[in-house]
Amino acid sequence: MEQIPILRIGDCLLVSIQVDMHDRLAMALQDDLTRKIVESRARGVMIDISALEIVDSFIGRMLDNIAAMSRVLDAVTVVVGMQPAVAITLVELGLALTGVKTALDVDKGLALIRRLIDGEEGAVDRREG
Amino acid sequence: MPRKPETALPDLIERHQKQLLDDWLSQQRSSGALGADDPETKDQSARFLTELRKGAATGRFDDIEAPEWATTRELLDEVSRARATMGFTPSQTATFVFSLKEPLFSLLRQEMRGSAEKLVDEIWVATLLLDKLGLYTTEVYQKNREEVIARQQEELLELSTPVVELWEGILALPLIGTLDSARTQIVMENLLQQIVTSGAEIAIIDITGVPTVDTLVAQHLIKTISAARLMGADCIISGIRPQIAQTIVHLGVDLSVTSKATMADAFQLALRRIGKSVAGRAKPSRTAE
Repeated sequence: MEQIPILRIGDCLLVSIQVDMHDRLAMALQDDLTRKIVESRARGVMIDISALEIVDSFIGRMLDNIAAMSRVLDAVTVVVGMQPAVAITLVELGLALTGVKTALDVDKGLALIRRLIDGEEGAVDRREG
Repeated sequence: MPRKPETALPDLIERHQKQLLDDWLSQQRSSGALGADDPETKDQSARFLTELRKGAATGRFDDIEAPEWATTRELLDEVSRARATMGFTPSQTATFVFSLKEPLFSLLRQEMRGSAEKLVDEIWVATLLLDKLGLYTTEVYQKNREEVIARQQEELLELSTPVVELWEGILALPLIGTLDSARTQIVMENLLQQIVTSGAEIAIIDITGVPTVDTLVAQHLIKTISAARLMGADCIISGIRPQIAQTIVHLGVDLSVTSKATMADAFQLALRRIGKSVAGRAKPSRTAE
């Protein structure tokens, strides 16, 4: 059975979804990821979906769930590289994924995770006033 | 199966085509139709008579949509289109066909002298046919106009949703005109595409040019902002006029996004977020202490 690889970079986990997601694969990913977070005591999770061209409400909710689960395990989740068509579809489906942080690409995603982990977010907010 | 009317029309037109054409042209002239003296009109009229004769010879008077009338329809398409672009009114365009009635009827009267019943029958057949053809020109004219309007609307949509790069990493989207669903779709696609190509992290949506913000427009704005956020770009709304601020609050709409009164303020905030600032140039010497 195919499996989505979960790579470790420092205290972050990188999940790159390169195949079409089907429901069972999504459930397996949730299992794997939560186990990996606990095992490696990761502080950040990055999900790269730049190769994903089709999403349905199930996958959308899975992203939301993964973010919520990681939060419980004290890790921040950033979804990166979403295609415009996918973004429009999710919005039309009514899934704004408000609990998920997003970034344009892996590079910016890593920077965002760093900032979040280092607690810089509060500082940015204070500066904006 | 409709009864095939016994008519002398095709035969009549064939025998008197020349005379009919002359009468028709002078009729067009006297009715004040534009361009009646053009060689083009003359050519069109002659071709129309030929087509009418061919069409009438097939005996399909009940239905001008039938394949037998295909060439006639093509000719009328051409005439109508040409006249629509030349600025003729619909009635002037239809007069092209209707003005054939008088010369045709007087010809029928000459030919059918002494047989009133036959004459009435023939006139009835001819008038039905010409009415249908005349109405057809109006239809084509209308369709033509609608095409023009649709094309202009499309161009307007394209024109009115530019996405401009203000700074490296900062996009601006000045919205002008009402936001309906179709426009929101285009705006959203343009913005998201631009976010991908430029890698911008902040988009300023300026709604100075949006006349009213009701719940529907607000919802469209929220959709655009959510989609941009999913891609990893933040939005700032700027250009909210005092009345619009009041309406938004009265409607109970929650935009849940940073908003600034002017584009300048929004730009300043955007610069701060990406860690840039604009500094005035230091003066070379102090004038007053």
